[in-house]
Amino acid sequence: MGKKSKRTEKLNLPLTIESSEGSERLEVRRTAKLYIGGAFPRSESGRSREVQLAKGGVANIAGGSRKDLREAVRVARIAAEPWAARTAMVRGQILYRVAELMEGRAAQFRDDLINHGASKSDAAAEVSAAIDRMVWYAGWPDKLSAVLGGTNPVASSHFVFTLPEPTGVIASIAPEASPLLGLVSRLGGILAGGNVAIVLASESAPLPAVTLAETLAVSDVPAGVVNIITARRAELLPHLVRHADIDGYDLWGCPDELLVEAEQGAAEHVARVARRPHGVKDRADAFDGERGERIDGITAFLEMKTVWHPIGS
Amino acid sequence: MPSDQSPKGAAPRRTTARAASVTTPAPAATVAPASSGLAGSSPWAYAPAPESREIVTIRQRYGLFIDGKERAPSGGEVTITYNPATEEPLAEIAKGTPADADRAIEAADRAYRKVWSKLHPRERAKYLYRISRILQERSREFAVTETMDSGKPIRESRDVDVPLAAAHFWYYAGWADKLEYAVPGRRPEAHGVVGQVIPWNFPLLMLAWKIAPALAAGNTVVLKPASTTPLTALLFADVCRQAELPDGVVNIVTGPGSTGMSIVTDPRVAKVAFTGSTSVGVTIAKVIAGQGKGLTLELGGKAANIVFEDAALDQAVEGVVNGIFFNQGEVCCAGSRLLVQESIAEEFLARLRDRMSMLRIGDPMDKNTDIGAINSKAQMESIGELVASGVAEGAQIWQPACDLPTRGWFFRPTLFTNVAQSHRIAREEIFGPVLATITFRTVAEAIEKANNTAYGLSAGIWTEKGSRILQVASALKAGVVWANTFNRFDPTAPFGGYKESGYGREGGMQGLHAYLRSS
Repeated sequence: MGKKSKRTEKLNLPLTIESSEGSERLEVRRTAKLYIGGAFPRSESGRSREVQLAKGGVANIAGGSRKDLREAVRVARIAAEPWAARTAMVRGQILYRVAELMEGRAAQFRDDLINHGASKSDAAAEVSAAIDRMVWYAGWPDKLSAVLGGTNPVASSHFVFTLPEPTGVIASIAPEASPLLGLVSRLGGILAGGNVAIVLASESAPLPAVTLAETLAVSDVPAGVVNIITARRAELLPHLVRHADIDGYDLWGCPDELLVEAEQGAAEHVARVARRPHGVKDRADAFDGERGERIDGITAFLEMKTVWHPIGS
Repeated sequence: MPSDQSPKGAAPRRTTARAASVTTPAPAATVAPASSGLAGSSPWAYAPAPESREIVTIRQRYGLFIDGKERAPSGGEVTITYNPATEEPLAEIAKGTPADADRAIEAADRAYRKVWSKLHPRERAKYLYRISRILQERSREFAVTETMDSGKPIRESRDVDVPLAAAHFWYYAGWADKLEYAVPGRRPEAHGVVGQVIPWNFPLLMLAWKIAPALAAGNTVVLKPASTTPLTALLFADVCRQAELPDGVVNIVTGPGSTGMSIVTDPRVAKVAFTGSTSVGVTIAKVIAGQGKGLTLELGGKAANIVFEDAALDQAVEGVVNGIFFNQGEVCCAGSRLLVQESIAEEFLARLRDRMSMLRIGDPMDKNTDIGAINSKAQMESIGELVASGVAEGAQIWQPACDLPTRGWFFRPTLFTNVAQSHRIAREEIFGPVLATITFRTVAEAIEKANNTAYGLSAGIWTEKGSRILQVASALKAGVVWANTFNRFDPTAPFGGYKESGYGREGGMQGLHAYLRSS
């Protein structure tokens, strides 16, 4: 039997993809790149950084530079106005589309998390939660003005209403310890409000951000609306916070030792700042369940506009 | 640049001189003022109608209001607050020190922990209603005091500042026991002690904008009024006493900017609110960086008032005049840039000059006065310096030939034409009665020019076309957009800026959010 089988195998050799020696097929590895303006450039600096993978081997993560950052701000600024001008319903549908495509890549997201040391079950739970979180945000854009704005019953003959508008270009220091769910939870808020984002991904676990970039690239999120940079955060942060064309900073993932510098930089150009609430730690479970479903991530980067008009003939 | 008005050298008694030869600040003196519509022989000349000062008793000296009691400043020093319309000293004001700030914060902290946070919200609401009622009852006293201390026309303090201040307390009183409706899905919590620093242009109104939502949300307050306009805040301390507000819930510490800095940087102060210049706002934000404090900033502005060719011109003229000359132009949301469509510019400017010639500048206590006194000598000089820069940079200056009092700090209303967007008078906040005119041809150009500023507090649109109002209003990067009106305020309507005009809102449900931590 065995003999026969061996012969058959031999005979069939040209028709199979297995080698006669039974060795495994060589994996085609992914190059982890930056995501800027809808494209996947390597860092202009030519740098990359090795990240050890739990399954063995390493990934070379692009080492974003100050110049990459400037480019990201440039394309984000161009993308900001058209994105804000999309109807709230369309923005919601686009976010939902992101969730759809994340579902399709769930396996890769799980792999990424496992490669960064998560257990299989934790990885599966985080991926599911991240997709659901994106769906949660997808429902927000066309409710914000009703929940946060309204008409104001002024004591004079005027019709006065207040509406939220996006702040503009927001830089997000993504959570370090929750590399997918945390990333999606903060990014979702920025996008749902109609802002565009420049994200500094988790430094110790950047792969889910790379996969998210690849997901966004084939979704309907316009180029430049989300830009994801993998980098040494302490190196880029001083430049990021002083870039005068960034309108707001989500410092949720900012390490405590860099917070003073980050907020001072933001203060210099009166940029809006959101930060981790007092007493909340940058931990893996920080965005679990309802703790992660917070409107604060949206409201931090909204400007309330009040419009007055007289009533009369 | 020193003012030619040489206040100290003027006659001892203030007169409302009718002579047309009154000198104006240096830059203006180089320009022959146009003829006034209000010359002595004009049928439009009004007899004086001064408001009586009898109702107000200004004491010789005021202490600090800490823990429900008046206290002398720990350093023993005082400063003097002047009546800007007469240059008379009004009272000696305590110069609060860092030690005084510390004492006030300690009192506020204790009041928060022991009293205010334990009070049922319903009772908190009733204190605020009481305060509002007392402000209404004592409105004339407040209006007269405000005008004497700030220089603003009595008509404005009486009809705008004081009623709005009372209305703010009234509005936020009702929120005190309904906070969960302001933050749906979250649990509202007070910050604790709030540190607030306010400017001199609307002394009582800014106090109300700050204190009313702070108390309604359950915080206690340490507030520093502006050093040139402390009187109504100190009179408000008396309102707190009359209302039997628990000691330490509101503390008022007068003093220089450094005293304000001691308040906002104190670790016990959990939330900071500041209204004033962008440079001071930036300094505050930098100094408290990384401390986890809440912060709202209401900073400068350089609002565009856009007049389209189809606007109702006379209404637009009124709106533009109100936009820049209300409170002598010392308004952060003043419509200091006039953007007028080229096709109507000539006619519009002619009507505007006519209207400006009818403005009555003078005694702020006179009920017919349109433009009162500039708040301080320093502000006079700052306005004069910027106006001089406008002339030097090549803009065309025009001023009506109105009579100015010989004493006090008065600035002639000023219109600039041929202004380039790069001119300082088109970019910097002047905080005075100075309007810079820029023309445009298309709607897109109007929007582009209106948004061409680091600020984003307010804007005005004048057109009869509704769809254009909505289009332009949504394209303007400004927190408040007035369409076919200007400089309207209401406690129910949020106010605050985009971009370098700051962040956070005051007024409305949105104004409450800054004073709540929601979890």
